[in-house]
Amino acid sequence: MSKLFSAKTKEVFLGPLSKNNPIGVQVLGICSALAVTAKLEPAIVMGLSVTIIVAFSNVIISLLRNTIPNRIRIIVQLVVVAALVTVVSEFLKAFAYDVSVQLSVYIGLIITNCILMGRLEAFAMSNKPWESFVDGLGNGFGYAIVLIIVAFFRELLGSGSLYGIRVIPQAVYDAGYMNNGLMLMPPMALIIVACVIWVHRSKNKDLQEK
Amino acid sequence: MENIANIFVKSIFVDNMIFAYFLGMCSYLAVSKNVKTSLGLGVAVIFVLTITLPVNYLLENYVLKEGALAWISPGLASLDLSYLAFILFIAVIAAMTQLVEMVVEKFTPSLYASLGIFLPLIAVNCAIMGGSLFMQQRAFNNIGEATSYALGSGVGWLLAIVGLAAIREKMEYSDVPKPLRGLGITFITVALMAIAFLAFSGLKI
Repeated sequence: MSKLFSAKTKEVFLGPLSKNNPIGVQVLGICSALAVTAKLEPAIVMGLSVTIIVAFSNVIISLLRNTIPNRIRIIVQLVVVAALVTVVSEFLKAFAYDVSVQLSVYIGLIITNCILMGRLEAFAMSNKPWESFVDGLGNGFGYAIVLIIVAFFRELLGSGSLYGIRVIPQAVYDAGYMNNGLMLMPPMALIIVACVIWVHRSKNKDLQEK
Repeated sequence: MENIANIFVKSIFVDNMIFAYFLGMCSYLAVSKNVKTSLGLGVAVIFVLTITLPVNYLLENYVLKEGALAWISPGLASLDLSYLAFILFIAVIAAMTQLVEMVVEKFTPSLYASLGIFLPLIAVNCAIMGGSLFMQQRAFNNIGEATSYALGSGVGWLLAIVGLAAIREKMEYSDVPKPLRGLGITFITVALMAIAFLAFSGLKI
């Protein structure tokens, strides 16, 4: 067990959660992060799907890394990812149809999600399977955390509910409070991500750009 | 014809790839530091999008869709291969990008020199894949509509990236709070541009 969780593996797992967050710091996988966050439920499903796909494609590519010819590696990576995405997409269609309708094309777009290609290129191509797996999990969770934070605020302020359950009591509405419809529009996702980055970088001064 | 023009205009302003769907965000944020390179990437995106989308349209309608294989023999009419869509689309995109790269390198070296590094990157640009997936979802009537959608989306993407690059060039001189510098302020700029584009919603010819 101690070998499985050496200091390096721990660092590989914990890094992406904050200091090396895929969205806030590496700027990977922004597209889907913004588009699926109007509600908590699709955001959580999306976070989980990406985590699973990153982790397993990392393992597969890492196992194959010595046999893939360098020139065609991008295509090999894309095919591995596309196969995994197809599995996840069919699974969602079968067991969580409503969510898969809400996520629409964005499940398919996980294929071209830069987190995937970024991690495969930067990590899986040069590391052992177990570390790659942990790296995939770490990056997936780092991505999911940002998605959940953004979706939390958008759903709370935009529709007054969380995970589909109404949390703002009727009395507040009676007193004149209104849901902010703009929160559900695409632009607000960008502003909330910007705020997340703002808070994150005020805490971690070394991440600030000059 | 009217429909084709309508799809074209709508895909530029209303269903803008960046402002309405956030597709191609990664390269959008990474390459929009100056106008010249962003113009190059924008042109490359239009190019690849307009080539891959009609090809994927044919693939979708004559191979993948339920009953699409009926033109080979009626016995195949019950086949539904749409679960293969992701793999085939991405393969077409990767192959086309490679092909375009080789053709451009051979016939117009000057364009190749200016697009150079961007062409291979485009294979993993979500805007291209997203275009194909939206095409599948919206079920266009004919290949003309699909092509006009591709062209319009590409032009919309170009507009968005050149606009952002122009703003970022000016923003170099402004005094932005430290934690917001770079990525944060870029997000806010894009959000403001997206809000401006909301004004086009409902536009129709």
